[in-house]
Amino acid sequence: MTTAVTHSQQRADVRVVALVAFAFGAALVFTTGFAHSAMLHSAAHDTRHSLSFPCH
Amino acid sequence: MYTRVFAVGLLAGLLAGLIVALLQAYTTTPIIIEAERFENASPVAPSAALGGFREARLILVHSGHDESANSAEASEWAPADGLERTLYTSTATIGTAVGFAMILLAGMLAAGDKITEQSAMVWGASGFVAAGLAPAVGLAPEVPGLVAADLIQRQQWWIMTAVMTAVAIWLFLRGQNPWLRLLAIPVVLAPHVWGAPHVALDAATRVPAELAARFAAVSLAIQAILWIATGFFVGLFWQRIGASADSPDDR
Repeated sequence: MTTAVTHSQQRADVRVVALVAFAFGAALVFTTGFAHSAMLHSAAHDTRHSLSFPCH
Repeated sequence: MYTRVFAVGLLAGLLAGLIVALLQAYTTTPIIIEAERFENASPVAPSAALGGFREARLILVHSGHDESANSAEASEWAPADGLERTLYTSTATIGTAVGFAMILLAGMLAAGDKITEQSAMVWGASGFVAAGLAPAVGLAPEVPGLVAADLIQRQQWWIMTAVMTAVAIWLFLRGQNPWLRLLAIPVVLAPHVWGAPHVALDAATRVPAELAARFAAVSLAIQAILWIATGFFVGLFWQRIGASADSPDDR
């Protein structure tokens, strides 16, 4: 019983970690690939084209 | 656990990003710079005598981001060609790779998968299908200077297609029930039936078709390498960093 509870708590913790990791990763990809700031666009320009993100 | 996830994601993204940045410097960036000669060419330039044309274009490239360049882009800051441009591109590529690594880790942790080189490379290949191949079917990778539809519409379609393809891959590979697996087919097709935003095909572009085609093929290969290399390093470092600190059943 106790082990089952601990195990499900661990799974819940892992899901929170996964959510944080996803949010961080998606924010990074958004910044390099999609953000509309002119400076970010210019800095990441060749990367956006090269990784086939929509650009210009 | 957070330390392990972030350490693995940062390291894997850094290494995969460095490899791909090196490849970009010799594959996609030269094509982009070549295409920008056509993109930035002033309307007068193409009428120049053929003999002096090659030299005239060379001047245009180097003045591309300077004062005399085309008026729309002249006011925007851009890294100078050469080392500065390579550094910015490499940094952006590494940033994207870290992002991909974190998304792969998030997916595998949420799914409860064992994270090894093999499993992470399969996740990476799926990432490429979702974020590379499927959006490219509607919006072929673009070299600068092509005429394209509204940016926001293209970005929205791109994100919708990547998300729906990822969901379809999940349903098909992990669906317990045959109906869920069947559901993957309409989900993967829907964004393409809806249709990507396009402009009329006769819209004028000065970029040669051969250059655009070569760029589309090379950039897809580059993105495939980025996803698979990121997956490989995620698996490699997950097995080697902080494995003992987490509980044994924590993979």
